[in-house]
Amino acid sequence: MTKDSQLGTWEVFMQSKPGANYIHAGSVHASDKGMALQNARDTYTRRGEGTSIWVVPSEAITASNPDDNDMLFDPANDKVYRMPTFYVMPEGAKAI
Amino acid sequence: MELLEKNEQVQTELLRHFENKIEKGDSIEPRDKMPDGYRKHLIRQMSQHAHSEVIGMQPEGNWITRAPSLRAKQILLAKIQDEGGHGLYLYSAAETLGISRDEMISQLHSGKAKYSNIFNYPALTWADIGAIGWLVDGAAIVNQVSLQRTSYGPYSRAMVRICKEESFHQRQGYEIMAKMMSGTDAQKEMAQDAMNRWWWPSLMMFGPHDSESPHTGDAVKWKIKRHSNDELRAKFIDKTVQQAEVIGLTIPDKDLKWNDATGHYDHGAIDWNEFYKVISGSGPCNHQRMEHHKRVHAEGAWVREAAEAYRAKQEKQLLHS
Amino acid sequence: MTKEEALYKYSLKMGDNALVHSYRLSEWCSNAPLLEEDLALTNFALDMIGRAQAFLTYAGQVEGKDRTDDDLAYRRSERLFTNSLITELPNGDFAHTIARLLFVSVFERYFFTALQHSSDTTLAAIAAKTLKEVKYHATHATEWTMRLGDGTSESKKRMQAAINNLWMYTGELFETDEADAMLQGLNIGVDMPPIKENWLQYIKGTLAAANLTLPEDTFMQTGGHKGIHTEHLGHILSEMQYLQRAYPDAKW
Repeated sequence: MTKDSQLGTWEVFMQSKPGANYIHAGSVHASDKGMALQNARDTYTRRGEGTSIWVVPSEAITASNPDDNDMLFDPANDKVYRMPTFYVMPEGAKAI
Repeated sequence: MELLEKNEQVQTELLRHFENKIEKGDSIEPRDKMPDGYRKHLIRQMSQHAHSEVIGMQPEGNWITRAPSLRAKQILLAKIQDEGGHGLYLYSAAETLGISRDEMISQLHSGKAKYSNIFNYPALTWADIGAIGWLVDGAAIVNQVSLQRTSYGPYSRAMVRICKEESFHQRQGYEIMAKMMSGTDAQKEMAQDAMNRWWWPSLMMFGPHDSESPHTGDAVKWKIKRHSNDELRAKFIDKTVQQAEVIGLTIPDKDLKWNDATGHYDHGAIDWNEFYKVISGSGPCNHQRMEHHKRVHAEGAWVREAAEAYRAKQEKQLLHS
Repeated sequence: MTKEEALYKYSLKMGDNALVHSYRLSEWCSNAPLLEEDLALTNFALDMIGRAQAFLTYAGQVEGKDRTDDDLAYRRSERLFTNSLITELPNGDFAHTIARLLFVSVFERYFFTALQHSSDTTLAAIAAKTLKEVKYHATHATEWTMRLGDGTSESKKRMQAAINNLWMYTGELFETDEADAMLQGLNIGVDMPPIKENWLQYIKGTLAAANLTLPEDTFMQTGGHKGIHTEHLGHILSEMQYLQRAYPDAKW
């Protein structure tokens, strides 16, 4: 039994319409998966916001360290050749 | 000694980094380094905000069973449910700062954490439900709209969601008042009486005048608070006066008048003695609200324990199968 | 009894059940053991108020006396309410609320599954919408029954007590009268015995899985459908109808 009598925390991800990405909606407290899913439903879909829900125990989420931002994200900044606009296409070429 | 100096240097460096981010208008996220004061200020403000939402369920909850029509009952229940949801969002946002909901609740019970003073006033008649929605939620929303741009990411995101959901709250209150003001004499009297009792406490919700407010300095510098108490109060008064006029309610302030020079209404003196009296525990409902919360918390303990015990059993079974 | 009279009684009973049960659930608002559960119970109450509106509006239409859902909810006295007794009993502890929700929502799940095929298109439409709601209520109640039945020794004791205390009110759910029989004959109403059988099967299974004991056969309380209630209903109405009664000329 945990010391915290408010039950464990879960992160809630919601899909707003079929085919869309799952987006973080917030958190809920619950003791088990079934409860987490229901609590997420009762908390975050009261206005028809969702068509599908994921719940994940908060402790299962690993976040990147902001101190590593330089190392993690800056090196991508100069790789413009990954963008389609980088390439010079011959005039008149179609559907490319 | 050297180590201490080094440590101090690192701290200054971190603080500069943090202040740069604030300066640029970047939001601060849970894993970002932040000064202790910032974290403490946020925990205090966010938990107070969360507690206010949850304690605020009580005065209105007091009228659910007596709502005068099925439509009114539905709306009121949905609104109070929203308040609970908003408390939940705010507790979650505060939890990202390393404090648990359980700790926040025990701070509320011990008196270390506060909730908004306004909920220490009683909801006496059905018109009070109108006045609470229109004035109290109206005042709260002015503050909350401003907080959508607060510097702490999880807080700001919670506020965005809350503002979106709360947009109907003020309307439902105003609709109740409007209906009553176009109803029988008894209804009109009830509505004006509620207006008289809730007007001044609503103005007090914005807190002391800027000249008297002890926490404003850092909170503004850190962009937790984006507008001052007096600015927000003026915004609320300006929009509410017109709404009262439209439905024929009188604002109980004989000194209230438009000031062309400032572009705002001037209002009469707020009775801060009453404000501090209520804050320090002498409001008509302080004791009742806290006892209710403590009772519910204690009565629910066996349920939460059972849920945890059930999960533990299930996990054990899974392990042995 | 004409078909209209039977249909009025039928719709009224379903409206009253939803109205009175929602009243009890709404009392949990700001009183639940966990904030999340507070929102859940409120959601159920809101579902039921919506259902009460639908059935009472229809009852008013069928009756043909220009009575609205609000007239029926707020201007009828004790003896004219026809809800089942189980819906009006005080909430008790969380175990009692869950046990009632289990008994009633599982009944409603089977009942509305059948009613959605009613030859009366209004009843069929309300039933189809309601079915989605009560399926969720039944799931929620079932999961909590498991947690409380198979949780701690205290929760097991409380859950068993709730099951035992409420058991004698479950028989009334399946009771039928002249109006029910007439409507069933017209393919408007549902056939009760299979619903009772399914219900019992489900409850047996759930209680067994939750380590709880099915109560022994006992005398079943009845009367609600004829307007003979427990003393609790009067208190519900005096609170619920207070404004409408005190200010009869006012519109809210």
